[in-house]
Amino acid sequence: MVTELDSVDVVTVGVGWTGGVVAAEAAKAGLNVVGLERGHARGTEDYQNIHDEYKYAIRYELMQDTSKETLTFRNNRDQRALPMRQLGSFLLGSNLGGAGTHWNGVTWRFLPYDFEIRSMTEENYGEEKLGDDEGYRIQDWGITYDELEPYFDQFEKTLGVSGEPNPLGGHRSDDYPTPPMIKTRILQMFEDAASNMDYQPFMQPSSNLSEQYENPDGQTIEACQYCAFCERFGCEYGAKSSPEVTVIPTARETGNYEVRTHSNVVEVLTDEDDETQVSGVRYVNTRTGEEFIQPADIVVLTSYVFNNYKLLRVSDIGEQYNPETEEGTLGRNYCYQVFGGATGFFDEQFNTFMGAGALGIAIDEFNGDNFDHSDLDFLHGGSITISQTGSRPIATNTTRPDVPSWGSEFKQDSIENFTRTLSVSGQGATLPHRENYLDIDEDYEDAAGLPLVQLTYNFTDQDRALQQYLAERSAEIMEEMGANEVAVDEELGDYDIAPYQSTHNTGGTVMGDDPQNSVVNNYLQHWDRDNLFVVGAGNFAHNSGYNPTGTVGALAYRCAEGVTTFAEEGGRLEEE
Amino acid sequence: MSEKPNNEKQFSRRDFLKTTGMATGGIIGGSLLGGVVGYNMSPVNPGAEQGATSGQQGEQTASQENPGRLFFHNDADFETISQAMERIFPEDDMGPGAIALGAPYFLDMQLAGAYGNNSKEYMQGPFYEGEPTQGYQSRLTRAELFTLGIERLNAVANNEHDSNFATLEAEQMDEVLDSFQKGDADMGVPAATARPDTFFGLLRSATLEGVYSDPMYRGNRNMDGWRMKQFPGHQHAYIQQIESDSFVEVEPQSLYGGGN
Repeated sequence: MVTELDSVDVVTVGVGWTGGVVAAEAAKAGLNVVGLERGHARGTEDYQNIHDEYKYAIRYELMQDTSKETLTFRNNRDQRALPMRQLGSFLLGSNLGGAGTHWNGVTWRFLPYDFEIRSMTEENYGEEKLGDDEGYRIQDWGITYDELEPYFDQFEKTLGVSGEPNPLGGHRSDDYPTPPMIKTRILQMFEDAASNMDYQPFMQPSSNLSEQYENPDGQTIEACQYCAFCERFGCEYGAKSSPEVTVIPTARETGNYEVRTHSNVVEVLTDEDDETQVSGVRYVNTRTGEEFIQPADIVVLTSYVFNNYKLLRVSDIGEQYNPETEEGTLGRNYCYQVFGGATGFFDEQFNTFMGAGALGIAIDEFNGDNFDHSDLDFLHGGSITISQTGSRPIATNTTRPDVPSWGSEFKQDSIENFTRTLSVSGQGATLPHRENYLDIDEDYEDAAGLPLVQLTYNFTDQDRALQQYLAERSAEIMEEMGANEVAVDEELGDYDIAPYQSTHNTGGTVMGDDPQNSVVNNYLQHWDRDNLFVVGAGNFAHNSGYNPTGTVGALAYRCAEGVTTFAEEGGRLEEE
Repeated sequence: MSEKPNNEKQFSRRDFLKTTGMATGGIIGGSLLGGVVGYNMSPVNPGAEQGATSGQQGEQTASQENPGRLFFHNDADFETISQAMERIFPEDDMGPGAIALGAPYFLDMQLAGAYGNNSKEYMQGPFYEGEPTQGYQSRLTRAELFTLGIERLNAVANNEHDSNFATLEAEQMDEVLDSFQKGDADMGVPAATARPDTFFGLLRSATLEGVYSDPMYRGNRNMDGWRMKQFPGHQHAYIQQIESDSFVEVEPQSLYGGGN
């Protein structure tokens, strides 16, 4: 039996950063908003005993329960895709706040080059450089940096981001809302080395705040205490900007917002008579098993990359991408990131166990098109940073390269080096390739009986070249920092789903100015269904050399403007 | 914090120093010794604010040696896995090994719960061996894999050395473990069911988890795993120290019970 509920103005599927931002803006504009969240409620009061590496960082207490939902994976179409039976390569969020609860707080803006990557690359290097013949599918995003700048600014002010301007970044209409975090000895060492090498180091933008801050919505975010339990943890102080301490309370204070937890959306509902609209969503209460239909004037998919894709696919909205014919747009341009870095071994002991998730200092000379690619066999690049997130003993057992991975020599070397190694790392962009995409897998199903998402992904030649380039640049900095010995990251093998790499998955529901190669327009409005919006890192046409959340947040504000405009005027939002 | 548990701690501390010979040297940069000296200058314990009572601390100390077993019903099985964990993280000049730190009891409790039962893992079939890049694909839970792994440690030990694993010389144990790590050991089942290197990988990570997780999980006794590594555990804040240009030694703190 399905219970049909009273219709609402807006329903969002998933309540993390994007769902929170859209809800806050739509509710402030007077719209009646329901947020459906399949997980449970949580907030700062739940994080008072969080300093437990084993429970949270190793056993993933805050993350998605893969017994209920996961995806299948293969490196290429010739392999049999098999379930990702436990989390590894990336850590999917779950419950209220989503991954916005356990993120580190690094809040970059992508570069102007990112949004016009195809045009600018062709202009600077000629068409051949695009790599179309090698299967790369580089495309512009249908929006420019300058168009997105006000939304970056708005997101940074909501979070209170602590930082200083990127000397090689895009134009800023305003300063960061709060000053940068503390420049520790480790960061100073990087700054000195980078300056000696004529780079322009600057503090990484952080949503672990340098001071207490009240945002324009009246929410207060506390000052970071540098406790070093950020990534994979929630903040016990409310000092890491997250949806639970910013946009969710803002939306609630309007009186126009209801969050319904334990509500797992399984379908976006369409109307047989009108192929230009959706009518709402169907969801299951995960506690009782009851089914509900929530009709809505506007549906906004605000869950993670994979689930946004999946809901469109299982609801048969849009056309699935086919890598052979390259027809269809849903599922294309899945991208990830590559990490090329270097570890330095020192005699000196450092306070590596102190820190904050986004405490770091960076250079941007090797990101985007900030350097000449004429003689290089890759495009784009990556930010290079030293971070002091806080080392923890189960996960951090760094040894010199020739030391065995267990036994007495391992014990001695890993203990000695816990406070005596530092790492510089490049966060490399990845570009879309025709063979890297999302589909669904009919052989495996989730707890709701829906097929799992199937990921087909491997690193490309350009990824491998870029990763080594960044590793070499990182090693040069580490040598300048005075390390006794420098271990450079090895070349990439095939993409492996097991070891943790990054929760920076992108693509599958790409934005653009052409329905031939994108799923949504530049208001994140679906090309086929006017009252359906899909927002998140799935909109990225490629992934840049930065953490993605700043750009996700900017797109969420852009989407919110689309939602409120559509609520008033209806129709198509893209400019003709 | 009351006097009694403190005294007990000091006693176990001296005992530890005596048995490991740690006070006579062999410590990297004297850092561990620094940690030991600092031990008796316990600062105010924020754990006490969280409802832990000193009585509980004392009881935990007294029952540390054998807190009881939840999963391993068979003494020989427990001894086998304990010795294997000790080889991964042996007692030496640096300090205690996996056994003295209670890591086997950590594993015992984990195998009896969500970890051992793969409660949060996708365990629906069909099962196939998979490519090396596709991660864990066994139909076995971790508890089942450890049980099989223990059987196979003894089978290989008997095959190679005519003796059960736990009674081998240290070098012989290392040879056996090495053959599991390299994937050469015979697991007695198809590779799709279990691979020796998968078992070894779990054994290694479980050992490090038992050595370094909060003592409330029954390993890392007296926070000695943390002390060796100079990791201060659960501290509320470093904002007063983070600007220091030199290394700061911080007395470790456990989440509950003040560090037992």
